[in-house]
Amino acid sequence: MAAETKLFGKLKTTEQEHKDPKEQLMFDPRPREELNRMVMEMMTTTTRKFWLWAIGLGAGVVVLLFGAWGYMISTGMWVTGLRRPIYWGVFIVTFVFWIGISHAGTFVSAILRVFKSEFRRPFTRAAELMTTFGLAAGALYPLIHLGRVWVFYFMVPYPNARWLWPNFRSPLVWDLLAITTYLLSSTIYLYLPLVPDLAMARDRTTGIRHSAYKILALGWRGTEAEWFRLKKAIQIFAFAIIPVMFSVHTIVSWDFAVSQVAGWHSTIFGPYFIIGAILSGVSAVVTILYVLRSTLKHMDYFLRPEHFDALGKLILVFSMAWAYFFFNDYLLGWYGGEAAVRQILTAHATGPAAWVWYTMLICNIVIPWLTLWNRKIRRTPWLMFIITLLINVGMYLERYTIIPLTLGHQRTPFDWGIYTPRPIEISIVLGTFCLFTFLYLVMSRLIPLVPVWEVQEGQVAHTLRKVGKAEVPSVTELD
Amino acid sequence: MAEVSKGIAEKWGLVVDQDRCTGCNACVVACSMENNVPFTGEDNVAFGRGTYWIYNKRMWEGAYPEVAPAFQPVMCQQCGSAPCEPVCPTFAAVHSEEEQINLQIYNRCIGTRYCANNCPYHARQFNFQDPDIPEPMNSYLNPDVTIRRRGVMEKCTFCVQRIVAGRQTASAEDRPLRDGEVTPACVAACPSGALVFGDLSDPSSRVSQMAQNERQYKLMDELGTRPKVTYLKGGGRNGG
Repeated sequence: MAAETKLFGKLKTTEQEHKDPKEQLMFDPRPREELNRMVMEMMTTTTRKFWLWAIGLGAGVVVLLFGAWGYMISTGMWVTGLRRPIYWGVFIVTFVFWIGISHAGTFVSAILRVFKSEFRRPFTRAAELMTTFGLAAGALYPLIHLGRVWVFYFMVPYPNARWLWPNFRSPLVWDLLAITTYLLSSTIYLYLPLVPDLAMARDRTTGIRHSAYKILALGWRGTEAEWFRLKKAIQIFAFAIIPVMFSVHTIVSWDFAVSQVAGWHSTIFGPYFIIGAILSGVSAVVTILYVLRSTLKHMDYFLRPEHFDALGKLILVFSMAWAYFFFNDYLLGWYGGEAAVRQILTAHATGPAAWVWYTMLICNIVIPWLTLWNRKIRRTPWLMFIITLLINVGMYLERYTIIPLTLGHQRTPFDWGIYTPRPIEISIVLGTFCLFTFLYLVMSRLIPLVPVWEVQEGQVAHTLRKVGKAEVPSVTELD
Repeated sequence: MAEVSKGIAEKWGLVVDQDRCTGCNACVVACSMENNVPFTGEDNVAFGRGTYWIYNKRMWEGAYPEVAPAFQPVMCQQCGSAPCEPVCPTFAAVHSEEEQINLQIYNRCIGTRYCANNCPYHARQFNFQDPDIPEPMNSYLNPDVTIRRRGVMEKCTFCVQRIVAGRQTASAEDRPLRDGEVTPACVAACPSGALVFGDLSDPSSRVSQMAQNERQYKLMDELGTRPKVTYLKGGGRNGG
């Protein structure tokens, strides 16, 4: 293990930057046992409010999601607002939204891990968990939106007497394969760094929790060989999952891009969707971190303004990248000269649903560009919570513009239409939001949400070194 | 899916002479009766969920006060390179090799509705509800055509049951199929002779001849779907 030492920042410490390095988690170390205790308390403390939320959200899942879905299955798709020519509505919008959310968990965790960004340490797990549950919520929609969900397995390549395969030329089959791959790999990627923490929890619990952690920790003892293998596996997964992540949202964009629909048939959709997914996903990470910080015990020690600051910068960059691709989509549509595409793009900005389009632009561009330049704002968690929530509203509306609004304005004016979601659809959409929050809420009390070993590893590596008379924060690379 | 031919000569096609169409909608009614197309009711039709395998677009030509109605009956164009087929995950939308038309396999359809989004002609219909056929009404049903349950797509088949029946009659009488022997319900019902149906692979058939007409055009030809329906429309206000 080569130990390299990097110096952070300037030798001349500016007053603002390094007035107090203790503000940063990495320079505010606590003993390992103390960290363990904090995380265990975080996990086992349940308040009345927690139970009320858990029951409320659980009821939301049962009634809003499964109740409404069951009703829709038993009566038929007429309870939705779909009508010719708009055959895809908020179900597909929310599907794309969740897949997008699920992106950034991995993005934040894997890419920051690969690039050895130190600020990632306390929230990698929170982000990965978001990926897994975002996928769980999103993966329901390809089923929900089916006219005959009871034969959904026709899409699966299963052996059957008639030798029938699914149509591998259909983007929906690609979707199925990509999403299951991503769900599987992101779950493994969530699980691997969890093993040492589960072992930690195993050693500090009794009863049923102990037995469960015992099984899940796979007999982890913390020997040098185990650490070596674990870190190697994490490293391999961090690299391998990045292309999977990119491919998933590209494939989701192909649902639209390979079609013949004017306004969907665009080669820019692959990267455009990925950038949008990362923008909405990183924003969702911030939203969740704020909620975790304000509800979980001791979380304000682990999550600090510096993390909101760093993620805020990322969001600003991705908001600009998104604006670039958005502009490109219009530029190419205009340059391509197809009348139908031009009409659609004009209709988005001037038609009856133009408010959707303008709200999207305000939420995705104006708000982040005006606010995230400011360090003070970036370091104020509740402001970041509001800003990131609004960005996600904007990203939802972006998908809404792309799907029902584009479908309703195709080549022949005779077939134009307007779509309004109906209560059952809205209920199912809210139901999956309940599902996501419920799963997250329950999981926050079942697994250590902060990767203790990673935080400690980082704290060991970070020291204040004396260079001349100045104290300079530095980090030692461990591998 | 591209056209596949394995030595089968049939290539059914339709010609729609818009200059002859009076917009009487007899084709729509005949089609519904022939193909057991569900009647979804007034409210659903108003909402945009009426099911028609063929529908008549009414448009206005000219500027006020010199306006005249123009009609364009639209049904599945039976594309040679159909956008609906490759996007179906379960092969429910397939190309029939024998007749060279697009067919929908109802019990293979899972209702993703992707084909309907991808059809530039909006010719595909979705069954939002189970068909409601009260007791005496069931006797109007055509036994040659399946009733579709809710959750599946359906669309014009060029009355494939009539094509098959015609072919069977011809083979029983040991003779080739004659031109004009097979007529879909819409063609049979058209009082003004605006619709002509036949085999495009036979250059002497009436439909082949008419498809060569100088007034001919294809709907959204620029998309490269290679439709088998040819429209005829002259320049003048009351026909060219």
